Amino acid sequence: MEEIQGNSQIRLLTEDNLRLDGRKLDELRPIKLEVGVLSRADGSAYIEQGKSKILAAVYGPRELHPRHLAQPDEALLQCIYRMATFSVDERKSPAPSRRETELSKVITESLAPAVFLKYFPRASIDVYIQVIQADGGTRCSSITAASLALADAGIPLRDLVAACAAGKIDGKIALDLSDIEDKNGQADLPVAIMPRKKLTTLLQMDGFMTKEEFIEAYELAVKGCQKIYEMQREVLIQKYINIQDEVSEESSEQNRGG
Amino acid sequence: MPHSLISEIETKYIRSLVSKEKRVDSRRLNDIRPITIECGIVEKANGSARVTLGNTKVIVGVKAEIGTPYPDTPNSGVITCAAEFIPMASPYFEPGPPNEEAVELARVVDRGIRESKMVDLEKLCIIPNEKVWILFVDIYIIDHAGNLFDASSLAAVSALLTTKIPRTEVEDGKVKTLDERTSLPINNIPISLTFAKIDDQLCVDPILEEENVMDCRITIVYDVNNNLVAMQKGERGALTTQDIYKAVDLAETMTKEIREKYISPILKQEGS
Repeated sequence: MEEIQGNSQIRLLTEDNLRLDGRKLDELRPIKLEVGVLSRADGSAYIEQGKSKILAAVYGPRELHPRHLAQPDEALLQCIYRMATFSVDERKSPAPSRRETELSKVITESLAPAVFLKYFPRASIDVYIQVIQADGGTRCSSITAASLALADAGIPLRDLVAACAAGKIDGKIALDLSDIEDKNGQADLPVAIMPRKKLTTLLQMDGFMTKEEFIEAYELAVKGCQKIYEMQREVLIQKYINIQDEVSEESSEQNRGG
Repeated sequence: MPHSLISEIETKYIRSLVSKEKRVDSRRLNDIRPITIECGIVEKANGSARVTLGNTKVIVGVKAEIGTPYPDTPNSGVITCAAEFIPMASPYFEPGPPNEEAVELARVVDRGIRESKMVDLEKLCIIPNEKVWILFVDIYIIDHAGNLFDASSLAAVSALLTTKIPRTEVEDGKVKTLDERTSLPINNIPISLTFAKIDDQLCVDPILEEENVMDCRITIVYDVNNNLVAMQKGERGALTTQDIYKAVDLAETMTKEIREKYISPILKQEGS
């Protein structure tokens, strides 16, 4: 298979600044969010962002194994990010790569500030993230989904965490890069924020950017995060509306029966 | 993750000092510890460097081998970075395969070198699709007294700048290495700078005690033309927008100083 390398000749923008998938520079890919998609997990969520498809499940707070990892004053939050072997063009080896190890670490660190870990000393909160299909921006989509899964599990949170990348393609700053844009663009800047607290919990960058371009990209990424935060809120609120509807239906049936 | 247990009283002491813009080792917030760089300390390696940053010591060795390129980059050589947190460096390091901290460190050092295009990898191709130079950049942490990111990055860059590989000839599709040695094709030099966020302050080049109490850290990498080439926030705290912009600004001037003071002499030495 012939792959195109970074900074090659491939054009990512049309003359009127439209992207390969027809998006404008500041436009997110279509996003679908669901919560409570798994039956056994304490909390779960599913995200589709463009062609990326990712599941997140939360187990805990629960007993920590091995016990020597337990922290006397707070819970241990551990996220594990894994890609399915079929999630990318060439089959990925099922063994965890160094990339997956690093991403597990930075995803954990992006969520930890939002969780009231001190409420659960010695306990473990495990977040399992499975990438079913990868099309760029999976660390950000994973954080968005994992944060929803934590909320779905009823774990006390200071804030949701919403994540979105911005980057540079054909020399222009663009929001939410797809895989082909990431590979052929000049820079990628994944960001996660706690929107109510106005704090940044994930910040990575690779590529080439001037300081001015960085500031433009960072501000664009934060705007993307805020839009995603609104979608996260909506799907959580809808979850409780659905529960309310079910409960009131049940009780009215019971009333009829009685 | 903290590298040692730290008492409540020490935490409070460090935090109260920082709130007054002071530090345990009497540096100001924007002072870097003294740096020494010695290159060529391992004769059997193609390139090597020992960096001390205060009490932190790191040794990097570069080994060059001829191997096959990755199928998606048939005309490019390969650089791979790995980090070893050996048990002699800290009572909290254990023997065994690299843990997630070692993986993160190696990948952030790698990112600066790769994204700045420090080494012209296409010039390391010997026979397209078949034979290329593979550079193994191995980072050994010898003494962990804080800020492994900047010490390792500086050591890796210094080792690469002084790396020599044999000239090669191709005869009947076979690669012959000659006795004559040549420097690597260097295009750019990334310099990294790390800050610890402690309460509302950013402390440049944190020592271990400060890392143990910090909320989080941020590493920023600039190239020779003042482009940002890599960034990494680490640990379980959060940053404000002001923190980020301040770090980006400070790093811009401070990486320039490091470049002039510590990298220029190596380049001069190499040029002669």
